[in-house]
Amino acid sequence: MDDRPASTVSALEYDPAPESAAVARLRESYGLFVGGAFVEAADGATFETLNPATEEPLARVAQAGEADVVAAVAAARRAYDKVWRKTTGPQRSKYLFRIARLIQERSRELAVLESLDNGKPIRESRDLDVPLAAAHFFYYAGWADKLDHAGFGPDPRPLGVAGQIIPWNFPLLMAAWKLAPALAAGNTCVLKPAETTPLSVLVLAEILQQAELPDGVVNVVTGDGSAGAALVASPVDKVAFTGSTEVGKVIQRRLAGRGTRLTLELGGKGANIVFDDAPIDEVVEGIVDGIFFNQGHVCCAGSRLLVQESVAEEVLHRLRRRVDQLRVGDPLDKNTDVGAINSAAQLEKIRELTDWGEREGATRYTSPCALPERGYWFAPTVFTEVAQTHRIAREEVFGPVLSVLTFRTPEEAVAKANNTTYGLACGVWSEKGSRTLWVAERLRAGVVWANTYNRFDPASPFGGVRESGFGREGGRHGLEAYLDV
Amino acid sequence: MVGVSPAPLRLVVGDERAVRPRPGARVPVVESEAQLRSLLRGLSGVDAVGADARAAKLATRSLKRETKRAAIDLALSMVDLTTLEGADTPGRVSSLCAKARRPDPEEPDTPAVAAVCVYPDLVATAKAHLVGSDVRVASVATAFPSGRASRAVKLLDVADAVAAGADEVDMVIDRGAFLAGRLGEVFDEVVAVREACGPAHLKVILEVGELVTYDNVRRASWLAMLAGADFIKTSTGKVATNATLPTTLVMLEAVRDFAESTGRLVGVKAAGGIRTTKEALRYLVVVNETAGSAWLDPALFRFGASSLVNDLLLQRRKQRSGAYARPDRVSVD
Repeated sequence: MDDRPASTVSALEYDPAPESAAVARLRESYGLFVGGAFVEAADGATFETLNPATEEPLARVAQAGEADVVAAVAAARRAYDKVWRKTTGPQRSKYLFRIARLIQERSRELAVLESLDNGKPIRESRDLDVPLAAAHFFYYAGWADKLDHAGFGPDPRPLGVAGQIIPWNFPLLMAAWKLAPALAAGNTCVLKPAETTPLSVLVLAEILQQAELPDGVVNVVTGDGSAGAALVASPVDKVAFTGSTEVGKVIQRRLAGRGTRLTLELGGKGANIVFDDAPIDEVVEGIVDGIFFNQGHVCCAGSRLLVQESVAEEVLHRLRRRVDQLRVGDPLDKNTDVGAINSAAQLEKIRELTDWGEREGATRYTSPCALPERGYWFAPTVFTEVAQTHRIAREEVFGPVLSVLTFRTPEEAVAKANNTTYGLACGVWSEKGSRTLWVAERLRAGVVWANTYNRFDPASPFGGVRESGFGREGGRHGLEAYLDV
Repeated sequence: MVGVSPAPLRLVVGDERAVRPRPGARVPVVESEAQLRSLLRGLSGVDAVGADARAAKLATRSLKRETKRAAIDLALSMVDLTTLEGADTPGRVSSLCAKARRPDPEEPDTPAVAAVCVYPDLVATAKAHLVGSDVRVASVATAFPSGRASRAVKLLDVADAVAAGADEVDMVIDRGAFLAGRLGEVFDEVVAVREACGPAHLKVILEVGELVTYDNVRRASWLAMLAGADFIKTSTGKVATNATLPTTLVMLEAVRDFAESTGRLVGVKAAGGIRTTKEALRYLVVVNETAGSAWLDPALFRFGASSLVNDLLLQRRKQRSGAYARPDRVSVD
């Protein structure tokens, strides 16, 4: 009040609150998971996985060669023919429920390991990645004995062996998205995690052993792109890929004419559309969640903010204030909001595109946050005065970088939102339901969020259109990708 | 400013989060009910799902070591130690005043609380027991807690409390009038009470549990601030739903925005249902990350509570000695 001394401006500066890295029970080396056992690569090859927050090595992991992939696919085939195809729905349910519960039991270990290997904040791995992974297994456990009622006719059949390739942004969660529906539908799997983030999936493999899942029903081959290529080339009945549009196109070409089923979940350039009547404080949170969640390493990230010109100044003022507050740093600190960029290569790509942003004339705003000296870091960045022609408005940055564009009318918002080769996700912010629905039905995107962003639920189908891919994961729709229908 | 100085928190120089009023900021003059209505309806809506999610996320912040110690002392210095029972007696009030001055006699450096909060007829008693201390006397008034009395009675209630020496008056708004849309009536009443308070600070209780929606909470917050409130307060503590984290978040957003557009800093008091240190620290985190560091001060943020103090004292001892003290080490009152 009036007589307050002006000089007592103080803030709660949070002391470090680190989660213990020992919880992850890191081992020096990890093998491939083939036929129910952990094995070395046939040629003994290994690679190193790093902690992106420190650039220090975490462990050595087996690099699967062609022979290993062939062996894994053969193990999956055997398990399919001899065991898994003969199981009943309730039996498969039982295994999936067990896996879900074991993920919950080992949730702290999985969360810490995920943050170490990926660089994401422990708050996110603890509160989102791991609980959602368990939720996916619980959800599909419920479907395994009810396939007759999934809308695909009586007694729908599985496809056989599924080859599944997942990205590094949500390693454990993406594994759950792929494995849970495949197993529920009666398929066996060969899963290839990303080169930079193999560890949590290998602990998941341990959990599968604990759950006494029959040998070979799930196999994990770790390694770089060559292992993925070998998996695509192998005699699997189905390929499911989540990753870049570039690689997705290559896979689609390779599978052409082979009769192998394919689902692709690729890149995106999501538009977060803010109308002038939107709830402004929640809008700011939604924008932040849309682009800075998981360092922006999210295929459905709201990387383009389309804000109605009449409120642009007000929204940006509040957004900058909020961006300044984001706590960037140690992924294991419970108070960290934005963690480390996953790899040097990704950091390089983000830098290249943001340099282009400046070169093409957009105005750059970077959070003044201090960044650690070692590790891969990129401060939250907002570009304003972005034009539709700029590379940062068209290409997927896959980092904590927001491009802000303005619009005047709902028609213009829709036109700009759809002016992309992608079509994964969009957000619409308005207090007027009729407008939200009008916009939503005109957006060419697989997912449209209303007054929220980056919200996931196993019961809700997720997937893209156009260059963001095809096929759905999650919900009843997610079963279709693994059934012969 | 309350004379009690909270334990020094580490200073953040040139804090970007401090509120800076916009150029030309001033409190608008409300001339008519129509103008007031359009002003309040012009405020942005609150998305309830989003507000709840934001509060829940902030509740995961983890305060450790020095931050925790400083925050506990700060929370103690922000407490309005309250007794609002039909059974209140001078004896009860005097023991509460002793506690307010020296919450933990075995730990002499424990900060005193901000104020003692009583009914108007016990203001003089409280005042007498707090002579020579910086602890203030707050009095509820205006036919607390329901507010169902004529304007004249309410103003007499206020005048009575102020005459007895109340430093702060906690009034209730007329929720019936607010919900019926008679905003001008609610506004005029706050203005009249503000006048009757004279030098005493005015806290305006919105009774959020009866306003129910966050949109109503935001509008009522602005109404109270426009009418001259020094503080906006969540609740009386006498209804089913009292202070909640997301409601307090919405009110803190209101005082932040009000400060930015008018240059006037209004305080927030979260009252009712806050019993543990853990909860109190969550409120401080929400204050810190919503309104900003300027509000981390008993002059701008208060807890209306009674049992909270003892938990703060136990946790304070735990921070110092490393072990939990028996509950009997702190006074029962």
